[in-house]
Amino acid sequence: MEILFKLFASFFKIGAFSFGGGYAMLPLIKKEIIEVHGWLTNAEFIDILAISEMTPGPIAINSATFLGYRVSGVVGSILATAAVVLPSFIVMSIITHFLSKFKDSQFTDWFFIGIRPIVLGLIASAAISVALDAFIDLKSVILGIVLFYIVTFKKLNPIYAIILAGLLGIILY
Amino acid sequence: MLFDMFKTFFKIGAFTIGGGYAMIPIIQKEVVDNKKWVEEDKFLDAIAIAQGSPGPIAVNISIYLGYELKGLKGALTCMLGTILPSFLIILLIATVFFQFRNNPLIEKVFLGVRPAVVALIASAVYKLTKRSKLGLNKLFISLLTLLAIVFLKISPIYLILIGGFTSIIYNRMKTEDNK
Repeated sequence: MEILFKLFASFFKIGAFSFGGGYAMLPLIKKEIIEVHGWLTNAEFIDILAISEMTPGPIAINSATFLGYRVSGVVGSILATAAVVLPSFIVMSIITHFLSKFKDSQFTDWFFIGIRPIVLGLIASAAISVALDAFIDLKSVILGIVLFYIVTFKKLNPIYAIILAGLLGIILY
Repeated sequence: MLFDMFKTFFKIGAFTIGGGYAMIPIIQKEVVDNKKWVEEDKFLDAIAIAQGSPGPIAVNISIYLGYELKGLKGALTCMLGTILPSFLIILLIATVFFQFRNNPLIEKVFLGVRPAVVALIASAVYKLTKRSKLGLNKLFISLLTLLAIVFLKISPIYLILIGGFTSIIYNRMKTEDNK
């Protein structure tokens, strides 16, 4: 029972403080799930990320469902998924209801101008923390750099990039 | 109507791979062009608000549109439609994933896949840095954020709150000075 409560609280927090889309919430998920509660290892977390990239839906939802299942089965997955979207539901309903007031508020504008560079930093830190676990030898570093190049400049679809990397994994290791 | 809304958002949720931003054009096509539930400018409002609110952007947009159409009931319906496909698919994968994870072949696959995840995130950082046109001062704040997380292990929650409120205080003082 206690673990379910912790699971709910963790994902509620993740949902409430995730600004700037999927990757920006990775450091917070990592903090809550790995550093605070130790529910997953780093490697498992990255594997779940990879699966999230290849399946439909927002990463936040995917990882909540996955981790919830890991921690306590189907009940856990329902609870974690509900918890991660609950803040969105509350905030969006309130905002939609009182739209005009929020829209014209200078304070809201300033707040979001202020978090923009923070969000970029969060995403960059996600790249580094994943790299620390993913780069285990020279082969993996080269693979990462080559894929970065193809995805960024040759516009390879991320799904194909992951499939390609998986095949290369079988060949290289 | 509620069922139609559910069906539409379920479809959107089921066929958009690659995260929130990939979903926006598809939501737009369904909701604005096909179903004509909202006008174009209302949809742009929805995007702006969804981006500024916590949580996944696609989920936020669906809640906003659902609320516009049918109040709280509509918001709940559209949200469930959006998240249910990913929930079901991930649940299915999760039930088998932990059984196969220690299979040597799967392990090799993931040894290759992990560097790809780094590449995808790094690519997002690159594009975002170029597109956001943040000046050097702000990029320095991004760098500090990065260091604070990686080395000091400070919670992202504090960093977001500090960033947001510092900006409010700073801009407030600036406007007062100009008066």
